[in-house]
Amino acid sequence: MENDKFNYFIKTEKNNWEVIIGLEVHAQVVSDSKLFSGSSTKFGGKPNTQVSLVDSAFPGMLPVINEYCIEQAVKTGLGLNAKINLDSIFDRKNYFYADLPAGYQISQYKNPIVGEGEINLDMPYGSKKIGIERLHLEQDAGKSIHDLSPDNTYVDLNRSGVALMEIVSKPDLRSPEEVNSYIKKLRSIMRYLGTCDGNMQEGSLRADVNVSVRIKGETKFGTRCEIKNVNSIKFMEMAIDSEAKRQVELLESGKSIDQETRLFDTKKKETRSMRLKEEAHDYRYFPDPDLLPLKIEKSFVENLKKKLPELPDQKKDRYIKKFNLSPYEANVLVSEIDVSKFFEEVIKTSDIKLAKNWIIVELFAVLNEKNIEIKKSPVTPKNLAILINQISSGNISGKIAKEVFDIMVKTGSSADKIIEDKGLKQQSNPEEIKKIIKKVLDKHSEKVSEYKSGKVKLFGFFIGEVMKISAGKANPKLVNEILKTELKK
Amino acid sequence: MSDLNQNTLSQIANLIKTKKISSLEVTKFFIKNIEKAKKLNSFITTCFEKSLKNAKNFDSKKNYNGLLPGIPLAVKDLFCTKNIKTTAGSKILENFTPSYESSVTNNLWSEGAIILGKLNCDEFAMGSSNETSYFGNAINPIGKNLVPGGSSGGSASALAANLTPATIGTDTGGSIRQPASFTGTVGLKPTYGLCSRWGIVAFASSLDQAGPMTKNVEDCALLLEAMSGYDPKDSTSINKKKEQYSKNLNENVKGLKIGIPKEYRIDNMPKEIDNIWNKGIDILKKSGATIVDISLPHTNYALPTYYIVAPAEASSNLARYDGVKYGYRSKKGKNLIEMYENTRGEGFGREVKRRVLIGTYVLSSGYYDAYYLKAQKVRKLIKNDFDESFKKVDAILTPSTPSSAFKFGEKTNDPISMYLNDIFTVPVNLAGIPAISIPGGLDSKGYPMGLQLIAKALDEQTILNIALTMEKAINFKNSIDRWWEK
Repeated sequence: MENDKFNYFIKTEKNNWEVIIGLEVHAQVVSDSKLFSGSSTKFGGKPNTQVSLVDSAFPGMLPVINEYCIEQAVKTGLGLNAKINLDSIFDRKNYFYADLPAGYQISQYKNPIVGEGEINLDMPYGSKKIGIERLHLEQDAGKSIHDLSPDNTYVDLNRSGVALMEIVSKPDLRSPEEVNSYIKKLRSIMRYLGTCDGNMQEGSLRADVNVSVRIKGETKFGTRCEIKNVNSIKFMEMAIDSEAKRQVELLESGKSIDQETRLFDTKKKETRSMRLKEEAHDYRYFPDPDLLPLKIEKSFVENLKKKLPELPDQKKDRYIKKFNLSPYEANVLVSEIDVSKFFEEVIKTSDIKLAKNWIIVELFAVLNEKNIEIKKSPVTPKNLAILINQISSGNISGKIAKEVFDIMVKTGSSADKIIEDKGLKQQSNPEEIKKIIKKVLDKHSEKVSEYKSGKVKLFGFFIGEVMKISAGKANPKLVNEILKTELKK
Repeated sequence: MSDLNQNTLSQIANLIKTKKISSLEVTKFFIKNIEKAKKLNSFITTCFEKSLKNAKNFDSKKNYNGLLPGIPLAVKDLFCTKNIKTTAGSKILENFTPSYESSVTNNLWSEGAIILGKLNCDEFAMGSSNETSYFGNAINPIGKNLVPGGSSGGSASALAANLTPATIGTDTGGSIRQPASFTGTVGLKPTYGLCSRWGIVAFASSLDQAGPMTKNVEDCALLLEAMSGYDPKDSTSINKKKEQYSKNLNENVKGLKIGIPKEYRIDNMPKEIDNIWNKGIDILKKSGATIVDISLPHTNYALPTYYIVAPAEASSNLARYDGVKYGYRSKKGKNLIEMYENTRGEGFGREVKRRVLIGTYVLSSGYYDAYYLKAQKVRKLIKNDFDESFKKVDAILTPSTPSSAFKFGEKTNDPISMYLNDIFTVPVNLAGIPAISIPGGLDSKGYPMGLQLIAKALDEQTILNIALTMEKAINFKNSIDRWWEK
């Protein structure tokens, strides 16, 4: 299939340009307390209510590593099939800003806790491996609020010191679509591990995007630009597309690209310059003398490895083998851990094939329409299983089932109750069906004659009439059989 | 009231324990001394009301279990003290009052001690003469125009003038030992990590270490015991059992090997210092120790290494003083950057600015490898020198400083000659090992000069024992006529 081939190039009259993308994802570590202090990390607290003396950099305050955050970073590393560095170092990244109380951020520079790894993407044109360069731990800064007063800036330090994992990809991504897929896969892995909730709206997942272009076939990378802090996947895709086109335009008109940091303007849908490389900060990184080099025991890593949950790729393979699902279906069901949990709950008591179809087609349509997550689905796994069992046992037809499902979505009540209350149970008594058929044939004797003289297309008309009278409840299979027999008479 | 000017910390502790004197009487005595000694400028802040209240409180409860029962103590103004101003000798923290207590001072109060006030020091502990303090220099009780040394200059001054029975300082490159040497008192820089750094205004985190400053070695052992101990709030704190330095203190040095490093015999060193050093060697020989000539080959590189590492860390540690959260904020400036520039420009003194600039420079990209990284490598070599020596000897004896106390203004315009004062003390900080300075004798001007004993990490007991032996033999007497009271 031609459509399934990779085809994201910026095409101009002269050239086909390939777009090279690398991502730096900042993922907030799931942890009750901050990376170097005991303050709460809860989202949405009143400004400056979750701030310790360490977070606000009072004189003489010292950081102490939160071991749980180390565990979370190692788990994430294992989930990315990455090398865990038993020795790593926390460095200070020095710069002045009002929401950076110490005047430096504790981060990891030359010796990160996690080294190279990879993520597998399922693209329409096949699977593709994206290299992970590194994962390191660092603290978040506070928040400057500029719009509360015309003259002053306010600072909220609730976020100051919250643990972040910076996950840096290799420049292996080649299209906005791949970036979309990468972010979703990364998020999925971290949600499976419980190491990052991946909530982009609350800022627990943010990304900087590095973009460069080169003529297809070239092996050397072009000069890249970094687009800072794009906070939705949709904007990320737009930003990449517009930035790549900007760079191509510049290069084709004989100009060169300045290595710089750019911002994406969500209204104009284009990037604009934030600062040039020459204006870039000199962060004066050096090992934080307040913290000893971090040493992790091999047994610590091995223990975490043993306790690692089944990850999306493994689950997908299992679904394909065990449940006979297509790779596409398996992918859809595993990509969100909550979806796979929902699916596994439904199939505990009902048919797998029906379950996967009802989830992927009907339930997803409802969730999309209402824009809600599966966790908040109005139809619970138990109720969906009940509905599916009603279909399997022949109590209701697929068509009626959809009606019942719509009511379930609206009211949240159980399938059994709806079928009972509305009398929607399928008519499967041959005698009753025969009665209805006879009534129809008597009423339309002329059409019966026409049918018998060869106008067999009228069969459908008779079926329709029967269903109309039975209010859709007649068992279609029985109607078919009995109608055929009756017409032969 | 009895004259406590002749009493040591240990003696006063005993007087209180045996109910010969109350905490309140002792406290009042030292308050009186302090009030008569304004000329010395040893204090930045006093809190007599609190001192008296705490002393009365102690006397009513009479808990003699602590090591420092009801003992009033003044501390260097680098230790954060709850609800008492803590300035670090800087304008930028002139009005800063912490809501928390440093772990080390907290240990003192837990042992029964009572706070008298906060002692003058060089700004952010950067200096060797106390002349960089925003609050003016403390004066050496030895002579009106003499520096008390630095950075714990106020501490040494107050101790020598008996404005506090003992005190604590911090030592990043010699800031306890050099002022002890200049004032004829005892000062010990413990093993890095023995005393918690939590709540001490940071200068250079990998070098800073709090330590006792006392009238004699016995007091030194007692105070070290009281202030040291593991602290989970400081990641560099050593997790080990508390030592009983006082109980284990003895004069048995027989059979100990004492190293004499040839690199410490520097050019142009006053003959008197050599004499005092040699006298020390003789005492040890007579006490039954063996003298071993050793070499610490990288000693020459210690000072330049120190003056890269310390400013580098300081430049980062002092970034938090930006006028945003606490401390001084300039009223001038149209935007955030100008506010920073004016606040730090007005809030920091010359020496602090000089070191922040040096530190920023050596960490800059393009210079990092040549300076900071190189310095770290040399630091390892210096530590190796000591490690190798301690395979052969139990302790090392050197002079504490290359000269006795100098006059105010003598070196203020020559930072290099000021920095050279630390030449014998900085290697110890770079290696993270303990060292004590005890009075070795007087020079021809009648100024005291110290001898330094260095041990391997966590071997404070050995140098305390040797120091005790030498102290007895030297029988040093400071000639202080309490001129400021006249």
